[in-house]
Amino acid sequence: MNRTFVNYLGPAIAVGSGILTLIFAPLILGFYEIFQLTQYVILAIFAVSMAYIWGFGGILSFGHAAVFGLGGYAYAVLAINMDSSLLAFVLAIGTCGLFSLILGYFIFYGRLNDVYLGVVTLVVALILWKLINHTSGPGYVIGDARLGGFNGIPSIPVLELPWHGGAALDPIQMFRWFLGGLIAVYVALKLLIQSKFGRIAIATKENELRATLLGYDVRQYKLLVFVIGGSIGGMAGAMWATYQTFVDPNMFSLEVSAKVLIWVMVGGVGTLLGPIAGVVLLQALSIKLGETAFINNQIVLGMILMSLVLVFPKGLLPSMELLVTRFFDRSAAQGQGVSG
Amino acid sequence: MTTTNNPLLVTKGLTKRFGGLVAVNDVNLSVSEGQLHCLIGPNGAGKSTFFKCLTGQFKSSAGIVTLEGKEVQGLQTYEIVQRGVGIKTQTPSLFDGLSVQENISLSALRNQASRQVVETLEEMLELFQITHLTRREVGQLAHGQRQLVELAAVLAAKPKLVLLDEPAAGMTGDDRIRLIQTLRDLAGRTTFIVVEHDMQFIGDIATGVTVFNRGRVFAEGSFDEIVARSDVQEIYLGKEVDVAA
Ligand SMILES: Nc1ncnc2c1ncn2[C@@H]1O[C@H](COP(=O)(O)OP(=O)(O)OP(=O)(O)O)[C@@H](O)[C@H]1O
Ligand SMILES: [Mg+2]
Repeated sequence: MNRTFVNYLGPAIAVGSGILTLIFAPLILGFYEIFQLTQYVILAIFAVSMAYIWGFGGILSFGHAAVFGLGGYAYAVLAINMDSSLLAFVLAIGTCGLFSLILGYFIFYGRLNDVYLGVVTLVVALILWKLINHTSGPGYVIGDARLGGFNGIPSIPVLELPWHGGAALDPIQMFRWFLGGLIAVYVALKLLIQSKFGRIAIATKENELRATLLGYDVRQYKLLVFVIGGSIGGMAGAMWATYQTFVDPNMFSLEVSAKVLIWVMVGGVGTLLGPIAGVVLLQALSIKLGETAFINNQIVLGMILMSLVLVFPKGLLPSMELLVTRFFDRSAAQGQGVSG
Repeated sequence: MTTTNNPLLVTKGLTKRFGGLVAVNDVNLSVSEGQLHCLIGPNGAGKSTFFKCLTGQFKSSAGIVTLEGKEVQGLQTYEIVQRGVGIKTQTPSLFDGLSVQENISLSALRNQASRQVVETLEEMLELFQITHLTRREVGQLAHGQRQLVELAAVLAAKPKLVLLDEPAAGMTGDDRIRLIQTLRDLAGRTTFIVVEHDMQFIGDIATGVTVFNRGRVFAEGSFDEIVARSDVQEIYLGKEVDVAA
């Protein structure tokens, strides 16, 4: 009973505070803070996409930056070439879904094992990074968009939504829409995880052989998880592009792939909220450390990461959940002791 | 409720080679509907490999397997399972991080509507008397309990043919008796092929026994016939006879 209670309490509080933040943060906080928060929101969506495929599908990708970069570049190129930036946004997500479908088909139907999956995803992201880096020549043009190599693509049109009279989103509107997007993604994934599909995907993660022996085609489940995660990761990339109005090849970089893994690991694999907390915590931390220039912040950050992983091997959120559950169990046991 | 003599499973010339080793060699076996058939044989005789060929986990090198008259060799494992085959593997294979309830439900979920899944879950928990374990994480259970959960999960999909690879291994008194009772109860409705080393267990449940030796069918007959044969004792029961002598 307590367990179920805790299971629903967490998400309810999270969604509630998300909605409150969406409404009130722009009224309380300054323009700059909101602009900063939007960045966290976008990275949180990216982290959640990784948390989903890893924690609920058992797919450990070392190149999740591939969809982040692809989503960003797809949005950039499409938005520059098309009248509707909303359509560009949707198509960018679709591009990443299709990309994940093709890549995932080779990985899962080719029966690559987990190690090869890690290597292949890593290599694909690196290849994309290399490719885009080499597009600085004037020949690399898609319609009106110059890919620009390592210089990236500047002046990307900002997302326009029909609900705002077709004008580009101002930073406050963007914050609200993207945070709304994060909440929607979270709720949708939460429901998906509890659905029949989600449960079987978790079973596949737990024991592929047993899932097969129960009559499930595990390839199909893994592929779909990969496509969903890739699409959401691509959405985060497209959001990043419209937020910065600029993309460059570093979106595909190893650093981005590693960061998203770390956010999820620190927050807790097997949760969705944990990685969101991971993003906020670690990004804030690295900004703070960046301000104090007299110490090497990379080393300090690395040490903090290591101690986090050592102290909370299951991640922050699962450790906290355990504490809460124990607390409830103990008070329940005490209650029984009194009545009995 | 009339005669149940239709062969459910038939293998003809089933063979599995690993390089030079012929682990399953030209096996012809026929198991009728509702039968509780035992497969015995010394270590390395090819019993588990035979099961893996039946379920498509291994691609057989030669021969055919028919289920209800339809050939199934060459199908994917999950497809064979979907045709009504359930298997408990020799090394326990469960969703260790999930609860007993979820392990069983996940099996029933495949071919049953959600209301029926709940019924099946209750039924299985009662059948194996593991209701008190419903919410426990499977990875934390004792070996014998895990065996029972795996059986419950396999049976929850209501398979026509159930393959059990050493189901009594690691089971203590009570769990063993429960397993024997359950198999007896279900026999007639469900078809079982059981691999076991424990002759007493086989004597308690079996209607027919096939003896494997070095990948081949060495002998076939009723339990009493089999234990009476001196050549079977030599290859398989040798040790026990020695001890008794
Ligand atoms: N994947 C494999 N690759 C190579 N050889 C294998 C493989 N699996 C089994 N074998 C060999 O096939 C033979 C039959 O093994 P199998 O596991 O089927 O025996 P078994 O009758 O189940 O024995 P046990 O009673 O010990 O479980 C053994 O010699 C084994 O070493
Ligand atoms: Mg075996």
